[in-house]
Amino acid sequence: MSIILNAAVNMASAGNELDFDPAVVFEINGHYITETVTTTWIIMAALVVMSVLATKGMTMVPRGLQHFFEVVVDGIHYLIDSTMGEGRRYFAPYMTTLALFLVFSNLTGVIGIRNPTASLNTTFVLSVLTFLLTQYYGAKEKGVGGYLKSFFEPIPFLVPLTVISELANPVSLGFRLFGNMLGSVVMLGLLYHFAPILIPIIPHLYLDVFVGLIQAFIFVMLTMTYITIGMEG
Amino acid sequence: MNIDATTIIMAASALGAGFAMIAGIGPGIGQGYAAGKGTEAVGRQPEAQGDILRTMLLGQAVAETTGIYALVVALILLFANPFM
Repeated sequence: MSIILNAAVNMASAGNELDFDPAVVFEINGHYITETVTTTWIIMAALVVMSVLATKGMTMVPRGLQHFFEVVVDGIHYLIDSTMGEGRRYFAPYMTTLALFLVFSNLTGVIGIRNPTASLNTTFVLSVLTFLLTQYYGAKEKGVGGYLKSFFEPIPFLVPLTVISELANPVSLGFRLFGNMLGSVVMLGLLYHFAPILIPIIPHLYLDVFVGLIQAFIFVMLTMTYITIGMEG
Repeated sequence: MNIDATTIIMAASALGAGFAMIAGIGPGIGQGYAAGKGTEAVGRQPEAQGDILRTMLLGQAVAETTGIYALVVALILLFANPFM
């Protein structure tokens, strides 16, 4: 009995090597800059470089990187047409940026780097952006009066509930991505703890590639859906 | 054998994390139901497979929310315990 208790205490104590916090890379004025931030910088730089390379010397018949990005933009246009309706393609730049950033940051786990999206800060910023876009385009589409009136829609008595349900959207959106990616990080960490070689390959395919791509897709689709509901509902 | 307050809190937190993950039953049933309906829909209308898959994944992602909340609660209890 005491052996089990001691083992449990050892497992749960902070001194063991099972630590799922992002590593601190360096420190400025007492602020810790973690892996999450530096990986985000690297992904941003890679995306900028790739965009510049893809749009440099564009040809009518696309080749190479330009071709790849034309396929991506076409896919986003198709999604916007079928989810948000015709004539909403001005959302394509934001949605494409979001999709590319999420795909890249959800796939960093494949090369052994902790996902930036496994931190609540990253996902919450993205979901708050979605929330602000929803409110802004709702007010723009329906006019400020119509926007405010939409909160009193069924009966004015339910205003607090309407506000709470509106505020719950970004919370669940941020937590969904965060929970999925942190779940992957934790499960792979535990797996590496007792089976360091060969065995984690298949779980990597599911936990990093499959879950990462699905969650990136879901985040973009839900952003589109929320903005459309805000504009029309 | 010495049991102090820390030990009891750790044990209770581990049990609590386990109990919290019972919530995984709900999303499991819900997502399975959605997948079954999606399969039926593809069987009835194979040409709409893309749209059906997209709608199904969206619904499953929303159904997953409660499970993710439970997972976050369990992870907080295990790795960022507020009671210690």
